[in-house]
Amino acid sequence: MDMELEGYLRPPEYPMAPYPAKVVTLATGAKLVIRQANRDDVPILLEAIRPTLRVPRDYYDIVGVRLYAELLGWYRYRVRDEFCLLGQIDGLLVGIVNSRMFSPEVGISLHTLAIERGLRIGAHLFASKMEHHIEYLEQDEVLITAESPIGFRRWMIEYGLIKRDGQHELGGATPYALTRDLYFAAKHRLVAGERPVPPELLQVAEKEIIIATEDDILEKILGAKRKVLQ
Amino acid sequence: MIPFERHDDDSLVDMLAAAGLRAMDDAGLGDRPVDAVYVGNMASGLFNHQVSVASSLVDRLNLMPAAADRIENGPASGGSAIKNGLLAVASGYYDVVLVAGGEKMREVIGPRSTDIVACMTHPQAEYIYGVTLPAMAGMFARLYMDKYGITRDHLADVAIKNQNNGLLNPYAHIQMKITKEGILTHPQAHINNPVVADPLHLYDCCPVSDGAAAVLLTTPEIAKKLKNTPITIAGFGQATDTHTLQERDDPTDLKAVTIAAEKAFSMAGIKPADIDVAELHDAFTILEIAESEHVGFFKKGQGGEAVASGATQIGGKLPINPSGGLKARGHPVGATGTAQVVELVWQLRGEAGERQVKDAANGFSLNFGGFGNNVVAFVLRRDA
Repeated sequence: MDMELEGYLRPPEYPMAPYPAKVVTLATGAKLVIRQANRDDVPILLEAIRPTLRVPRDYYDIVGVRLYAELLGWYRYRVRDEFCLLGQIDGLLVGIVNSRMFSPEVGISLHTLAIERGLRIGAHLFASKMEHHIEYLEQDEVLITAESPIGFRRWMIEYGLIKRDGQHELGGATPYALTRDLYFAAKHRLVAGERPVPPELLQVAEKEIIIATEDDILEKILGAKRKVLQ
Repeated sequence: MIPFERHDDDSLVDMLAAAGLRAMDDAGLGDRPVDAVYVGNMASGLFNHQVSVASSLVDRLNLMPAAADRIENGPASGGSAIKNGLLAVASGYYDVVLVAGGEKMREVIGPRSTDIVACMTHPQAEYIYGVTLPAMAGMFARLYMDKYGITRDHLADVAIKNQNNGLLNPYAHIQMKITKEGILTHPQAHINNPVVADPLHLYDCCPVSDGAAAVLLTTPEIAKKLKNTPITIAGFGQATDTHTLQERDDPTDLKAVTIAAEKAFSMAGIKPADIDVAELHDAFTILEIAESEHVGFFKKGQGGEAVASGATQIGGKLPINPSGGLKARGHPVGATGTAQVVELVWQLRGEAGERQVKDAANGFSLNFGGFGNNVVAFVLRRDA
């Protein structure tokens, strides 16, 4: 690799405060650890995303393909100021969100992928992403769009987002904004999590990102749980 | 019966046909003709832009020239369809009747689905003010809790029990264990389990599901010749109440539930205490408790403690909703009454697998139409 040329191709980056890990108690009683991914984690994350690429249900294919490309771009230094948060239960990867800084003041929400469904894991991860933008990166607002009805309901309606003029960078869709005021107004009912994460939970999460088999991932997404019927 | 879930790739008639075929196959009907088909369905015109589904089902199953009717009684459409099939056979006019209940609700988005279901409320006195079934259940729950000392802890007990039972039922839409910590006691449980209509929260409400269930009704004489063990409908009852809740002397008094149940027990010649397993209409957790009291299983105000004590669990004194109920099995509105009876048939035959209630001989189902304004109850019996 010609590092001189690579230096031209790689985008500059803003300094970014780290996201402190937290733990969310789910309806099942399970402990969801949400923490920031490292760039080196990307290859295993791509493995987990790959089964979704051909699942049209609930737009998993579009979200999966785009998330895959965005993380790959981050891994190989082709996306600027991106961050990625992971959700893990006992080390098992159950969801991924990513986002980036458009400027020091404005964040761009990219994608939310829930691998385990029905437990608001996607909602918890999205809320964590907003928490990072507003509370740790101290941005003024985050621009958001949705590619699925579920996303639209979760983000635009639950947070009461404000419609903005212009285009979101995800294909020019209509952007909505989460402002600091909106975030703090919604925080008590939508943003969960406790810090610090008990060491035994954090160690398990950091030791290994366990990914389910392709069949299990598809089963979780498609809800096709019934292999044997009466 | 087919699994209740999201059936993206199946039409309503596909689901009804699949459930109907399973019922006919289960009975071992062979070449014997079906005289009539009754379809329990609430709102296919609104959900799926299709009406005359009974006619369509007969054609799909190649049962012509069987008579075909769609029966609509809101969320009790399935129960009403069975009742009409039962009367048709009992009258002697038909020998074999197929009853299928079904609804495909996930074709529309959640708020639209809630709005369609709300069409059963009084148009001028209720709907126009924005009431939905969750809102109505919320108001009912608040009154019932205040009057009888039912707590959110009791409601959570119902939700946890029924979701545990759903884990044992491969036909259940929701297959997820929940804990009291996760939905009630943890300081952040309100984020997992947000308010839907105070005091009811997300996990107090049934999911919106697609699904279908079917039963085959015939005379005792023909039933004896079929391959599988027949179960007898020993009693049924149906009763109505005022359309609006506000017109009732006491909105917490579900008179139609009490009367329908009394009629069913009377016809069967048994008492509530003789029931071994029950399927109640727990569209909202409060309803399982209120119905269990109104049908006579427990005294008023004791239904909550009965759940808390474990009496209504599988293995308890009176297992209620071993299928997972509407809460976990799901509530495709037109299918529910039929699915309740299918579950009782499996229980009484000893075919309910991991959720089997030991030595069940008498079963009871209650299908709650409107907000308790048109209720259908059945007593089923396994004959020795």
